[in-house]
Amino acid sequence: MEDIFTIRDLNLYYGKNHALKNMDIALKKNKVTALIGPSGCGKSTFLRCLNRMNDLIENCTITGQIIYDNDNINVEKYNVIELRKKVGMVFQKPNPFPMSIYENVIYGPKCQGLTDKAILDELVEDSLKKAALWDEVKDRLNTSALSLSGGQQQRLCIARTIAMDPDVILMDEPTSALDPISTKKIEELMETLKNNYTIVIVTHSMQQAARISDYTAFFLMGEIVEYDLTDIIFSNPAQQQTEDYVTGRFG
Amino acid sequence: MLAKTKKSEKKRLLFESLYRLSVIFSGLILFIIIIFIFASGFPALKEYGFFEMILNKEWSPNATDPQFGLLYMVLATIISTLLSLLIAIPIGVLSAAYLSKMAPKKIKKTIMFFVEILAGIPSVIYGFFILKTLVKIIYDNGKYIEGVSGNSMLAAIAVLALMSLPTIITVSVTSLDAINKSYDEASYALGANTIQTIFKVDLRAARLGIMSAIVLGAGKVIGETMAVMLVSGNAINFPGNLLEPVRTLTSNIATEMAYASGLHQSALYATGIILFILIMILNYILLVVIKRGGTSDA
Repeated sequence: MEDIFTIRDLNLYYGKNHALKNMDIALKKNKVTALIGPSGCGKSTFLRCLNRMNDLIENCTITGQIIYDNDNINVEKYNVIELRKKVGMVFQKPNPFPMSIYENVIYGPKCQGLTDKAILDELVEDSLKKAALWDEVKDRLNTSALSLSGGQQQRLCIARTIAMDPDVILMDEPTSALDPISTKKIEELMETLKNNYTIVIVTHSMQQAARISDYTAFFLMGEIVEYDLTDIIFSNPAQQQTEDYVTGRFG
Repeated sequence: MLAKTKKSEKKRLLFESLYRLSVIFSGLILFIIIIFIFASGFPALKEYGFFEMILNKEWSPNATDPQFGLLYMVLATIISTLLSLLIAIPIGVLSAAYLSKMAPKKIKKTIMFFVEILAGIPSVIYGFFILKTLVKIIYDNGKYIEGVSGNSMLAAIAVLALMSLPTIITVSVTSLDAINKSYDEASYALGANTIQTIFKVDLRAARLGIMSAIVLGAGKVIGETMAVMLVSGNAINFPGNLLEPVRTLTSNIATEMAYASGLHQSALYATGIILFILIMILNYILLVVIKRGGTSDA
């Protein structure tokens, strides 16, 4: 099976704080990979390495190789805008822009210079359909995105990401701020999305990881303790620490 | 226990009435000022006519047939305010965007330190500065042209733009800093660059704060008196040439109030009324702009 990301000897420092330690991991193409572990273990930080979002943080140093599509993206000269077009991200708290639903979806493509109204209209419909939001908003595309419910906002953020036609969608605890019904909708959405995209999701919910992911990586104190098929991680993990965590004995 | 609740209840009532009194006090002051100005300016307005006053260009309060036309001063006030804002707003807002969204923390801190000092400097100091620089340059280069003495509308505009900049920058930076960081993250994650993020997301999201920065700056500009008097030449001219002297409404009041009496004095109060109306119109326009921007996407 093809790997989409190959990470070799990744280390990350916030100032002097050694947040990610000697990570080696290969993420599978067109699969859902869940990153689990207690708070502060480096899951989100790791996720943000994959689209270089850590660039926005001052004093953050990253060493090692992050190979995406045969290129090491962890070098200054790598075109980070091209990377982010291919590797989209959905955040913990729904963060639609304070603009209309329509404008939110076309934001990314428009930044790339797409202005043809007909193409944009089609893109909006297509993306919202893929994000299972079209039927709920098709009659009010020009109303503010902030008038949507939290769950709808998060699906809008997914639609906005899909509109860029990415290969990978990174999700940083996408349902942790949502109610159970909205969570269920997003999880169902991920089921359909994984046919077309590689999904890497950080989650605090073990059930969620077990339900939706094909592979699971267990993070602890800035290290990857274990990485395997989700079934194995949850039924027969190799490490005692993993077993303790997934069975709820700590964390 | 019960006694204690009673005591805290009393305290609450005391403070509530204190708050109420403070509000009434400041409201009352404004009310009294308005009444006072209108009452004092009314005789001149009645005698001379409101429209005659703003449409007549002749101001000769001490002539045998005194004229109280403010047209040139109204125009000078409006034009110098607008032109100085036209300079100060883009520079101020763009500086704020750089400081808030692009500058490294250290640089931002250093620059903000100086900008905040500048915001607190009395405006007359800006007047000195322009007097010794721009006014001198205009004089040296244009002294052989008739009507050019250095003191000019251009110098007044420069003072006004300069002194409103620190206010516009600090208030804009504060509002840009306050917008949710997650907007920036979302924008970058969608492949936008810094410029796109600032113009398409940040400035839009911080629009209300930036508008109030502009309102504050505009208020400072339209009401500025001393610094303008220092460099404007204070002569009553049609403000058609940037290099010639002009007089603004505020300068008119400050220049003549000391020796005015009778109808002349009342006409100066009426000048205040017209200034007051101008400021109300300006604020109203800005409010409408803010509201229109507000309903379109928030």
